[in-house]
Amino acid sequence: MDLTPDDVRDVLRVLDSSGLDELHLELTDLTLTVRRVGASGWALEQQVLRRPVVEGGTEANGVAEQQRPRAAVPEGLVVVHPPLLGTFYRAPKPGAPPFVDVGGRVEEDTVVGIVETMKMMTPVHAGVRGTVVEFRIANGEFADADAVLLVVDPTSGRTGLGEGTP
Amino acid sequence: MRIRRLLIANRGEIAARVIRTCARLGVESVLGASDVDLDALPARLADRVVRLGPAQATQSYLDPAAVVRAAQAVAADAVHPGYGFLSENPLLARACAAAGIVFIGPTPESLEAVGDKLRARSHALAAGLPVVPGGEAADLAGAQAVATEVGYPLLVKAVGGGGGRGMKLVRSADELPSTLDLAIAEAAAAFGDPRVYLERFVTSGRHVELQVLGDGDRAVALGDRDCSVQRRYQKLLEEAPAPLLPDGIRAEMAAAALALVRHLGYRGLGTVELLYDRHRNTFYFLEMNARIQVEHPVTEMISGIDLVAEQLAIAEGLPLRLRQEDVALRGHAVECRINAEDWAHGFRPSPGRIERVVLPAGDGIRVDTHVQGGSVVPPHYDSLLAKLIVHGVDRADALARAQAALEVLRITGVTTTVPVHQALLADPEFAAGGVDTAFFERFLQTRQPDVVGVP
Repeated sequence: MDLTPDDVRDVLRVLDSSGLDELHLELTDLTLTVRRVGASGWALEQQVLRRPVVEGGTEANGVAEQQRPRAAVPEGLVVVHPPLLGTFYRAPKPGAPPFVDVGGRVEEDTVVGIVETMKMMTPVHAGVRGTVVEFRIANGEFADADAVLLVVDPTSGRTGLGEGTP
Repeated sequence: MRIRRLLIANRGEIAARVIRTCARLGVESVLGASDVDLDALPARLADRVVRLGPAQATQSYLDPAAVVRAAQAVAADAVHPGYGFLSENPLLARACAAAGIVFIGPTPESLEAVGDKLRARSHALAAGLPVVPGGEAADLAGAQAVATEVGYPLLVKAVGGGGGRGMKLVRSADELPSTLDLAIAEAAAAFGDPRVYLERFVTSGRHVELQVLGDGDRAVALGDRDCSVQRRYQKLLEEAPAPLLPDGIRAEMAAAALALVRHLGYRGLGTVELLYDRHRNTFYFLEMNARIQVEHPVTEMISGIDLVAEQLAIAEGLPLRLRQEDVALRGHAVECRINAEDWAHGFRPSPGRIERVVLPAGDGIRVDTHVQGGSVVPPHYDSLLAKLIVHGVDRADALARAQAALEVLRITGVTTTVPVHQALLADPEFAAGGVDTAFFERFLQTRQPDVVGVP
């Protein structure tokens, strides 16, 4: 088990009276280093080595996110990655229509989704002009930083926008 | 009934905090953990661990059925919900009751009474608490009548709005007619409900809250805390007691909080949040939180009371073991929330693997954390890594000791908000005490993050 704040205080009192500047403890379940800093302060580094006692073992353990085989991206198409890892949402709130669907047109600054990381929401911009070909991460799924959220065809977006000649 | 085995249906530092009290009291602790938390520090500290579900909180920490299943699987007597997640969810409280398991928290009726802002406001009014003056305004004449009562500036709020949406500021009487028309039209369009009401705009308010404890019959107040240092309604630093409050106001706040607790027949630990109007030297009821709070250690430091132990005792059905005269508050305590966020980049979240954790130690210093070297901070949950809590003989002493402690504290591998706290503690306006809730945004605008130095 770890040391309680009371245990730590007792250790520090012993050290204070001993004049020692550093103490290193190695127990079966725990290592602890206490070092004097400044006039009256202490720095403490503790490592709890004890393994968790998980009921029924870890058979139902899905710690590793399923690694989906990464389908190749056809030549000429552009992928959109999340700005940072997190849970990908395709709509501004539950039940709302998605920001964009397959076949939808996007501009560089079009918001195509939201990534939730540590309860903070970050918009995902297409970063490219074109037409959405497919989504590779579904709504509510977790996306690593290098995940392909969606694939955009940049060639199809250039036609039919009614912008005239560039 | 005596609690012998407790399921902790939460994660992070609060899970480690509850486990610590269990160990001290000889209660067996079982941590309910999601898949990504099965090897975290709290899992190593708990006597046992039971799986709640996948990383996604909706299927683990936020699923009442999963929590009750886990409690039954390990034959736990009671469930501690921590804060956040299901801590104030009447569904979990009822599901526990149906399964014959003690829920560490107030009754489902109390959770419902304070869970909805409008219901909480009506309870507060019934208990005689001051609420932000205001009233509904059906037309311009009605609005003008209310405006005369509350004064300017005021807010026009959509009845159907909330969370900062559907609010308009009116600075003076001549702005009222046009803003009212606009607000009604927008409310109808945005919320399908044209009703609006007027409320006094508190230009300079402080977030002051009272820690209370009730057994359904008697209640005690355990002092106040100031949580005005906030960014986007997220608290960064809290302290107890609230600095520079007139004695009369402090006493009135405690009396008001106790009146609400008695009115509700509240049984458990709770916090009554108040808005202190700095200009008018008065206060209003905001809401009541029916759970333990992140910032509870500052109260523990100045009162010497283990609030989790009190929660367990009340959940066991024991009468309150504290009388008001037993509550003696000593000195001053501050808490710095150390988050995995990057101040230099708009407080961007910084999940990842922790390399090293070096913590300050000594008299009056406490660090509540759930990380050590090698811990993984998953992106699925909030960014709180650790809380540095420092107790001093007075506020100046506590702030100076907190600064010294921050010099020692090192959490490497992820970017943390330690530099924010160092800058904050060095700020003269903050050091003077009594800043309002708008202070921190102003502070950020005048400061460039110090990106040099240790993370």
